[in-house]
Amino acid sequence: MINYFKEILVGFWSLLAGMAVTIRYFTKPIVTVQYPRQKLTMSPRYRGHTEFVIDEETRTHRCIACEMCNRICPSQLISLQGVKVDAKKKLPSRYIIAYQYCSLCGLCVEVCPTKALKWSDEYLLCGFTREDSEIDLLRRLQDQQYAKGWPLTPIPRPKPEEPAPAKGEEVKE
Amino acid sequence: MEFLTQMLGADVARMVVGLIAIIALVSVNALFLIWMERKVAAHMQLRPGPMEVGWHGAVQTVADAVKLMGKELITPTDVDRPVYHLAPIVIFLPVLLSFLVIPFSQTLIIRDMNVGVLLILAFASLTVLAILMAGWASNNKYSVLGAIRSVAQTVAYEIPLLITLMSPILMVGSFSLADIVAAQERYWFVLTQPLAFILYIVCATAETNRAPFDLPEAESELVAGFHTEYSGMKFGLFFLAEYTNMFIVSALATIFFLGGWRGPFLPGIFWFLIKVYAIIFLLMWFRWTFPRVRFDQLITFAWKILIPLAFANLLITALIMKLR
Amino acid sequence: MLERGLEEKTYVLNLGPQHPSTHGVLRVELEMEGEFITKADPDIGYGHRGHEHMAENRNYQQFLPNLGRVDYLHALAYNQCYCMAVEKLLGLKVPERAEFIRVITGEMNRISSHLLWLGAYLLDLGAFTPILYCFDDREHILDLLDRVTGSRLTYCYYRFGGVPQDIDEEFVAGTREFIKRLRTRFRDYDNLVTKNVIFIHRTRDVGIITQEQCLEYGLTGPMVRGSGIPYDIRRSEPYSAYPLFDFEIPIGSKGDILDRYLVRVKEMEQSLRIIEQALNKLPEGPIMAEKVPKRIKPAEGEVYAAVEAARGEFGCYVVSQGEVKPYRIKLRVPSFANLSILPELSVDTLVADLVAILGSIDVVVPEIDR
Ligand code: SF4
Ligand code: SF4
Repeated sequence: MINYFKEILVGFWSLLAGMAVTIRYFTKPIVTVQYPRQKLTMSPRYRGHTEFVIDEETRTHRCIACEMCNRICPSQLISLQGVKVDAKKKLPSRYIIAYQYCSLCGLCVEVCPTKALKWSDEYLLCGFTREDSEIDLLRRLQDQQYAKGWPLTPIPRPKPEEPAPAKGEEVKE
Repeated sequence: MEFLTQMLGADVARMVVGLIAIIALVSVNALFLIWMERKVAAHMQLRPGPMEVGWHGAVQTVADAVKLMGKELITPTDVDRPVYHLAPIVIFLPVLLSFLVIPFSQTLIIRDMNVGVLLILAFASLTVLAILMAGWASNNKYSVLGAIRSVAQTVAYEIPLLITLMSPILMVGSFSLADIVAAQERYWFVLTQPLAFILYIVCATAETNRAPFDLPEAESELVAGFHTEYSGMKFGLFFLAEYTNMFIVSALATIFFLGGWRGPFLPGIFWFLIKVYAIIFLLMWFRWTFPRVRFDQLITFAWKILIPLAFANLLITALIMKLR
Repeated sequence: MLERGLEEKTYVLNLGPQHPSTHGVLRVELEMEGEFITKADPDIGYGHRGHEHMAENRNYQQFLPNLGRVDYLHALAYNQCYCMAVEKLLGLKVPERAEFIRVITGEMNRISSHLLWLGAYLLDLGAFTPILYCFDDREHILDLLDRVTGSRLTYCYYRFGGVPQDIDEEFVAGTREFIKRLRTRFRDYDNLVTKNVIFIHRTRDVGIITQEQCLEYGLTGPMVRGSGIPYDIRRSEPYSAYPLFDFEIPIGSKGDILDRYLVRVKEMEQSLRIIEQALNKLPEGPIMAEKVPKRIKPAEGEVYAAVEAARGEFGCYVVSQGEVKPYRIKLRVPSFANLSILPELSVDTLVADLVAILGSIDVVVPEIDR
């Protein structure tokens, strides 16, 4: 009999203790962020999609189109084309990432011999079509340069399908 | 004779006006309660809740209601049609009628009946019928389970509910709600009947199918329980009934234990509403704090703890009344 | 369906795959009598992505991001296990600082996994509020890990031979603060959940697993510790820097849900202790082993590495044939073995209990399906 009442009382008390917790939190300030009105800044290592590092000195990217990133990418999502601008130098004429396949593993960023890639802090990545998530890094770079008022890096034309010798020389000039 | 028709006319007019007022009150109350519930829940969970539509999201529920009304009423193919369509109405109408006998203030009562309490309780038991109908007619396994649970639960809870209410009734000697309020002129019954008050609140939570006793619609077990197959405004009616039910049980608690519309300075109706919403807040507080009890534990709890305690309380009250 | 069920006098209920409490896409077919379950048959495979097969078509590094997606709740342990296996194959020695970082981040991840479990489990039991408190705490962990790893959920942070990026002062300070914060929060969880009568009644003496059953079914993790067997890979086969730390392995006595719950809660406290010690002892030095080959091409051989993940023993068996791609990778996931006991546990229980038991197993369904 005593146990019966004791159990009821202990149970009742535990319920009150629980209610004390919720009412205490009821009076505390909220912790959430009202998203479209307030925004958080991303942490420095936040992984958005990849983008080119803009070299402070040359004011352009450092990519040499070596295709290392392309080869290591687990999802093979980097579509990369290089153009020989002179005897030694090769520049990318096309660098598009199909972001929808990216697993943000970071292998491409780490493998790059010239450290040409970095993470952007872009997090508003939504679109209506699949093509919306394809990001052209060279164009993005131009946009960033434009915003800073720096000269734009021209996107070299890839060689035409049948390389005519005269045109090949033109490129070399 | 003339006198009689005149009286009847006045009475009928009073009823009609009263019913319209009730429907208005029910809708506004439900909209407000849903908003309040969302706000209370949100703040207990450290988030702001609806914020966008109107001041702090106050009109959000209106928008939701409009959306619900605009939705297509989907009737699943294999349902038991007449019963399926009838259930939302059956759950909603008795709830409306219960308002007839509630004294909102000294004068604001549509029809004071000498069996007011019994009327409300009788109508409240109809809810379970509607739930059973909805669950059975939906031809959905989760719904049937919800319906079964609901019936068992109600059977277990109506009894202690009635017995606990008997103690104040015994003290007053009348089933009329107005009389019960009148009897609390000097002190509220919660002071003399604390145990009855606690028991009543527990039973009321179960009666309204709210957490921790929300077994018929236990989300994580039965998806949505008895109203799984309802959409649009039919679902809306279940929702409306739930929140109106909450209002009624809280109103009963106010009338029986908190002195009804009595209070200093403010007019009676304000006191009444303040007390009712305080009790409703308590019910919400329960919901957002406790886990759900298990079906068999609930029944055990009702028969082993609530009913003996309620009986003991009634006996003691009777004894004291007799000795005095 | 209904009529057939009536004829056969059993009631077949299809719980899932889109049921609020099957945590992902698990389907459990229940045969019931009234609300009592006579037979429960979990049906898995809805989330099969073929991770093991993917491994055979990729070279060693390229499989790294997959590990974060097997069990997305304790992704770092899976990262670590795979890295350990390949490091064994390559004979790499991970520098001490890297091991410490792995322990710190891995334990943080374990806490976040347990916190999520705690909240979601209470949600299964019908308490809506604790999950938001848990998420509030978990958010701090995610923010901290975000600083280090760059991701919030599907981490891909460890590399063969160490970690690619070091932790900074801010992370260390933030972690210390978080430890303090979580310790005070445990009191609230205690009052809100652990001591609550309704919770205790829901979980006590339900879903009891005996020690024999544990061994029979090959259960690991909190499931087996809840039954009183102190089996924890961090102790029984110490790896990484765990031998350097002082921590206890909480065990239960009866093996019911309540015990498993308590084991997990206490484990969080122990994890906090480990993190604290690791932060205090954090050595300086390199974070990457020297001479990590650019092209990972291990010699022929096979290795098995196991770690203690939040749900139990996660093992990674790698077979190499001396090529750039692994010949075969087998992932031993804890949830698969743990789930296999569900049919036996759920006989003669109510639907409500089944949900409670399923929750207490703490399955991550994509991990089972792989
Ligand atoms: S982060 Fe990984 S998946 Fe994404 S582009 Fe780089 S290598 Fe490919
Ligand atoms: S690895 Fe770096 S340099 Fe090479 S192609 Fe990729 S981004 Fe350009």
